[in-house]
Amino acid sequence: MNEPDTASSLLDVRGLEVSFGRAKAVDGISFDVRRGETLGLVGESGCGKSTTALALMRLLRDVRLGGEARLDGVDLLDLDEDSMRARRGADIAMIFQDPGTALHPMIRVGDQIVETLNAHIKLSRDEAHRRAVDLLRQVGIAAPEERFFAYPHEMSGGMCQRAMIAIAMACSPRLLIADEPTTALDVTVQAQILDLLRELTGGLGMGVILITHDLGVVAGMTDRVAVMYAGVIVETAPTTALFANPAHPYTRGLLHSIPKLDGGWDEPVPTIPGSVQGAMELSGCRFVPRCPRASEACKAVPALREIAEEHFVACWNAP
Amino acid sequence: MLERPMSEILIKAAGVARHYRLSEHRTLRALDGVDLEIHRGATIGLVGESGSGKSTLGRTLVGLQKPTLGKVVFDGLDTASPDRAALAKLRRQRQIIFQDPSSALNPRMTIGDTIVEHLRVQGWTRADARARAAEMIEQAGLSAAFLSRYPHEISGGQRQRAVIARAISTDPAFIVADEPVSALDVSTRAQIMNLLRKLQADRGTTMLFISHDLSVVAHMCRDVAVMYLGRIVEIAPRAGLFETPRHPYTAALLSAIPLPDPVRERTRVRTVLKGETPDPAARPSGCSFHPRCPRASELCRTTDPKMRPIGDRQQVACHHPLD
Amino acid sequence: MIEGTLDIAPIAAPARASAVKRLMRHRLAVAALIVLAVLVIGSAGAPWLAPFDPEELDIANRYAAPFTGAHILGTDDLGRDVLTRLMYAGQISLSVGIAAMLVTVVIGFSIGAFAAYYSGWIGTLLMRLTDIMLCFPSVFLLLFVAAFVTPSLTSMSLMIGLTCWMEIARIVYSQILVLKSADFIAAAQMVGAPSWRIILRQILPNTLSPVLVAATLNTANAILLESYISFLGYGIQPPAASWGNMLTNAQSDFQVDPWLAVFPGIAITLAVSSFNFLGDGLRDALDPKIRDR
Repeated sequence: MNEPDTASSLLDVRGLEVSFGRAKAVDGISFDVRRGETLGLVGESGCGKSTTALALMRLLRDVRLGGEARLDGVDLLDLDEDSMRARRGADIAMIFQDPGTALHPMIRVGDQIVETLNAHIKLSRDEAHRRAVDLLRQVGIAAPEERFFAYPHEMSGGMCQRAMIAIAMACSPRLLIADEPTTALDVTVQAQILDLLRELTGGLGMGVILITHDLGVVAGMTDRVAVMYAGVIVETAPTTALFANPAHPYTRGLLHSIPKLDGGWDEPVPTIPGSVQGAMELSGCRFVPRCPRASEACKAVPALREIAEEHFVACWNAP
Repeated sequence: MLERPMSEILIKAAGVARHYRLSEHRTLRALDGVDLEIHRGATIGLVGESGSGKSTLGRTLVGLQKPTLGKVVFDGLDTASPDRAALAKLRRQRQIIFQDPSSALNPRMTIGDTIVEHLRVQGWTRADARARAAEMIEQAGLSAAFLSRYPHEISGGQRQRAVIARAISTDPAFIVADEPVSALDVSTRAQIMNLLRKLQADRGTTMLFISHDLSVVAHMCRDVAVMYLGRIVEIAPRAGLFETPRHPYTAALLSAIPLPDPVRERTRVRTVLKGETPDPAARPSGCSFHPRCPRASELCRTTDPKMRPIGDRQQVACHHPLD
Repeated sequence: MIEGTLDIAPIAAPARASAVKRLMRHRLAVAALIVLAVLVIGSAGAPWLAPFDPEELDIANRYAAPFTGAHILGTDDLGRDVLTRLMYAGQISLSVGIAAMLVTVVIGFSIGAFAAYYSGWIGTLLMRLTDIMLCFPSVFLLLFVAAFVTPSLTSMSLMIGLTCWMEIARIVYSQILVLKSADFIAAAQMVGAPSWRIILRQILPNTLSPVLVAATLNTANAILLESYISFLGYGIQPPAASWGNMLTNAQSDFQVDPWLAVFPGIAITLAVSSFNFLGDGLRDALDPKIRDR
């Protein structure tokens, strides 16, 4: 993996809030992504990670946004729709979880890439076509000249995902958001797609936000990780540090509850008791009902504090 | 098959195939000749990716689907037999836990009603069924208050517990768990896995556990069968399968699983397969894995390998197994 | 218990915003319910509430204008009180509407459920039959049948019912097709539940909402159809009154007394639109996917 340029933040998010009506899906999160770095955003369903991604891309409707998200200094949350549209695809791009529904079913795959190219770069028809074919080749689609004319339903899940990556990378964006890009795929195909992502983004020094619930994927693909629970970030750390010294009780619980492939098969798998239902309504730390270390102090919402180099945790009782 | 001295075979699948005629020239072979023997009390895992046929095999063994070819024998009884009394007995003995807990429960019935109806259909009286439902919901780790709830009022993990309560209510001898934790959050998965293990251990139920996730299977089953394109390609005790996989596909599958360990994950040597699982309606000739296999030879292109024993209680269908 | 096999999450009390409460939030639906209540009470209670006798003739006072004198809504060509006739006519029109709706629900559900559950060639046959029936404009179909059948309350309800069940059949068919592949149906089949029991206990409760909505809309349609047919003279025959046949003479008498057309027309409009609004309100109230704002 390339050495991230630690001096310059590509994306700087501060106090991001996302509210639908009275319900707050994301409750004030702050994180940054550096050039050439892959940041993992980890959490279970309902924690707000996908909502964060969609908020950054300004793809949410009927929503109230708070805080700021500066991409190379420009606050994405403050832009009007036209300026944002100019940036989508060119500066910041996204790939989605289900390739079957993320591609337009009635437009040929090649044309979907050309559409993205044309939206941001002035190219002749032939040039755009050639670039699209080239992109299909880069993402590992065999016979790209013929596949240009294929429809999504004629391609397998893995190929559709590759096509989606091609569309996202078409204009070489500075920041790529990948929302559970391999969850819907077979594990052998997942390995291929993750390798592809690593290769493409590393080569271009792209900043990547990789959203997933799979800690194995996080271990192999990310430089730093932010763990989310019930709309807030509870821990951020460099990946090796997070796995070696998880500080937040939720992170520890999560790591321990992964069934291991290499042993401990006859013991019960450690669990995090209870469920996340109702956590959003709590005042104070939202993990209290499930936390083995909850105390009086936890009635106040814990802020992120640094416990080691680049390692932040939002907990009064950690590590 | 796997030797377990002194125990009898509960389920035997012989040459089971399930074909779907798509058109004059295309037949989808979801299952293409499966032989399997499951001993009483055994826990066996069935792993594979999409198109492997694992769900179809599970549903066939439990009686939800009829095989196009071959037969399934349960406790000595041919499941295709027209004997009504025998069939009724079969139904009580085989149960299934589904993948999607939302689809497995009637959205317009309370949990209690669902379990009670399940029992009443089989002849239980209302009073007995109600008592049993209360007992079962507790066994599944939920308080009696859940009996009056509707599925949409409770969480995914709680719904799955309700599904499990229904499945064990008739004390079946055989349970097929079809991806029971795949639709659940990571932190809920462990709870349900522990519950299933406990129930299985307490009752000695024979269990077939289907999953695409090998690490989940490792914790639930003593033996594992790997499927590819409608066939079983390898069966082994779990330690054997994970430490010395014999089939190249098994090795690739193990290699592809991302490990939650950054240091190992970045330094490991992996076999990344080319291409994707072919369309089950267009099987490659000979060994169906040969187009993607790093060890494929001319023999593999022409001849279908048969299952044969290898190593310590392992079986593999491959011309060039790994050692 | 092994650690982690118990679900210790506190179970919250069910937050069931009942369908009735949600319906009450739909203002037009509430208004519709009130109007319908008035119409029903007025019709059912006609023997006690009506100011006059419906057959009472007052030739001297024929074509009296409304809002003048004793007859609030005026009198018709034979001097009969319009308001009284309207109330008695309501009995017929509303009964035919509701009875016809019941016929459509029974036939439509049976055909749709049968076709979907048994599929195969039976299913295809039944749905093609449904399609064929849909090709005929219901009014002409009714007129055709009415030419051969002596019109009465029962025969009219049956006739209308037999020509309007197709929409419900289709709704039920598509709902059940979707439900058929649900795992909970498979679970019931696995333990040997007979088909009738599955349809009754498992499927029926899930089709209730769309069928209820369709039923209210069908009632509106049935009232309208009865009015057409009676107006054209093929439905309820005088001296019995229905809102439809009160309009028959109103057409020829239009020069003399235009008011005769107004009030039956208003009655029909009120009944039909009320059922329509009620149907809209029910659809919103029963759809679990609509968020509570």
